[in-house]
Amino acid sequence: MAANETTVYNDEYDNKVENILQSYQNSADSLISILQDIQSECQYLPESSLRHVAERLELPLIQVYGVATFFKAFSLTPRGEHTVSVCLGTACHVRGAPAVLDELERQLGVASGETTSDMQFTLESVNCLGACALGPIVVIDGKYYGQMNAGKVNKILSSYKKELRQEEDEKVTVSG
Amino acid sequence: MKRLQSPGDLHKVQERLIQERRSGKPCISICGGTGCRAYGSEEVFASFKDTIENQNLGNRIELKLTGCHGFCERGTLVVIHPEKIMYTQVGPEDAPEIVSETVIKKNIIERLLYTDPVTGEKITYEHEVPFYKKQHRMVFGSNGLIEPTNIDDYLSIGGYSALATALSDMDAETVIETIKSSGLRGRGGGGFPAGRKWESCRNASSNGSTRYVICNADEGDPGAYMDRSLLEGNPHLVLEGMIIGAYAIGSSEGYVYVRHEYPLAVNNLGIALEQARDYGLLGENILGSGFNFDIKISRGGGAFICGESTALMASIEGKIGEPRFKHIHTAVSGLYGKPTNLNNVETWANVPIIINQGVDSYSNIGTEGSKGTKIFSLVGKINNTGLVEVPMGISLREIIYDIGGGIPDGKEFKAVQTGGPSGGCIPKSMIDIPVDFDRLSDAGSMMGSGGMIVMDESTCMVDVARYFVKFLTQESCGKCVPCREGLDRMLDILTGITEGNGKDGDIELLIELGDVIRDTSLCALGGTAPNPVLSTIRYFRDEYDSHIHEQSCPAGVCKSLITFHIDEEICNGCGRCILNCPQEAIRGEKKKPHKIDGEVCIKCGLCRDNCKFNAVIVT
Repeated sequence: MAANETTVYNDEYDNKVENILQSYQNSADSLISILQDIQSECQYLPESSLRHVAERLELPLIQVYGVATFFKAFSLTPRGEHTVSVCLGTACHVRGAPAVLDELERQLGVASGETTSDMQFTLESVNCLGACALGPIVVIDGKYYGQMNAGKVNKILSSYKKELRQEEDEKVTVSG
Repeated sequence: MKRLQSPGDLHKVQERLIQERRSGKPCISICGGTGCRAYGSEEVFASFKDTIENQNLGNRIELKLTGCHGFCERGTLVVIHPEKIMYTQVGPEDAPEIVSETVIKKNIIERLLYTDPVTGEKITYEHEVPFYKKQHRMVFGSNGLIEPTNIDDYLSIGGYSALATALSDMDAETVIETIKSSGLRGRGGGGFPAGRKWESCRNASSNGSTRYVICNADEGDPGAYMDRSLLEGNPHLVLEGMIIGAYAIGSSEGYVYVRHEYPLAVNNLGIALEQARDYGLLGENILGSGFNFDIKISRGGGAFICGESTALMASIEGKIGEPRFKHIHTAVSGLYGKPTNLNNVETWANVPIIINQGVDSYSNIGTEGSKGTKIFSLVGKINNTGLVEVPMGISLREIIYDIGGGIPDGKEFKAVQTGGPSGGCIPKSMIDIPVDFDRLSDAGSMMGSGGMIVMDESTCMVDVARYFVKFLTQESCGKCVPCREGLDRMLDILTGITEGNGKDGDIELLIELGDVIRDTSLCALGGTAPNPVLSTIRYFRDEYDSHIHEQSCPAGVCKSLITFHIDEEICNGCGRCILNCPQEAIRGEKKKPHKIDGEVCIKCGLCRDNCKFNAVIVT
């Protein structure tokens, strides 16, 4: 792109990014907050949004990319419909959280940090949710499941899978 | 809302609020901390609200959803004032009964009372529960009395009086002297004297522009959540401390750097800032004194390293959170190259208390070198998980047994880990040491920000060391070699040991690596990173030896070194384990003891978790 050429952003997606940028007056100091807002709007940071932000804030793309990959809050890949977070804080760890994570990885067929190929579940670990009395804890879409063990994983996951199956059935009915 | 023009105005508002609230109206205080919310305290609150509205009791009963009360083990907690009757594990269905029986008729509902697990006695009042009895809840105690989103609640318990005192009766130097003589040391980990830090920042030249004041709320230690609970439950106490600090240092701009994983804290803090501005307690010409100061919120991006002061400041500037050498202190050149004073949440929260109580009364609490109280998050293998505030100098035994109620399931206490990933493990033999900054350091650990993770006989200390090193390798920013490469090597060795591939010389190599990393890393993350390994080697070397030389994990944790069996005496052949085994590794006829095929077993633990008779044993 030539230096004097300004990209025009006009689809809905870019409008969102543009609005967020404007709410921070295109201030480079607010880079982290801007990326956080884009992430909560889009669930991840699409490559185009990083380019967009870099251009508007007049920052080198490498700086934006650096920040986006340095902080754990950011994801550069699309995330699944449901987010499954396993707390691996020290209290949860000593109460057996690793076995719970192992079982989730086994049942979902993905490693921590990955998304299932059907885009239904993203599995991740967090370092402490600060609800240690309930440990080990798994949080699915903001709902807390306390005093977890590997034996409880199947039951909890299947309730989400059932929900998915129902939605699919409804789709079939509608389209049929 | 009317802006307060002077300390006198503030006093009048406080008086009015105190009068209004002195009516003796019963108040139901429901814990709305993150722990209790996870138990469903918002539904409990909604149920109380409905009950009160349906019975038109709104002008007779007050209802508050407060911050964390501390006793997370028994959530949802409900306390009825003024008697302070405490109910535990309350569900939404209990609300109508509590209102009609306890609030109106003053009858106690036995079923909801706390039962002392030792004596079996039912305890009615909050202050009589052993968990609270030995605490000194000077900083944290107000959490249960106020709604964090209502500044009037804070004013009605004397909030912002310390700010008024500082602005009207003290000059900046006097405030600094007061903090210095109080003996307040930073609660974030390092334990540096707060007053001295303030003084160097005030004395640093700002070339006519501002100095910055920052509150570090990037609580990254896994297993520690006291800063969040303070910020969520009593944000004005922290803000008041910051405003007083800014006045003393000569700052006009401040930041609260808070973890983005703490949405409730961010929300409550945002509301508190607006309310303080509306009242003229923040912003231009605070309380008519001519002093200007405002605070912005900066949300962290989820990086443990950003708890380090220079990394935190880089992050506020929108950069990668990498630390820098501190040959020039941040007090001289910090955020945007300006003199900057950074303290953590709990440190700031102590400031108004020191001004209100006076130095003598404050410094009477604690030990020679550590004054005041400290909030710990007491978690792990402990009966009473929760946040406890204790005077400095209390023994670990008192915290773990008298307040924490000891170890669950009759197991044996093994160690307590303090100081998070920078700290160490203190063994059972040292359980009587007093808890203060210096004694914990002597023991090879540190105060840290206040995580206190209790471990029992079923915790493997090599696994714990590996856990922390793994955490730190993920959180190392990668800027300096000793931390980046050294920790990786330590993790390799520890993983080898836990997988049964340990060899002679591994322990010595870990110690050598640890020494090098500690001595040569750029920042405190690297400098303290070997502590969990070195302290577990120091006190639990026999466990390392068992892993290396006997290929066994005495605590039964390390997967490669353990096997699952079924105790034939206990197993009644119900078949539950067979149904749950993902590998079809368990065989046996109905009503006869089953067997696990060790060749096929993947040690997932599903059989053990699903067995109702505890017949699955690990050796």
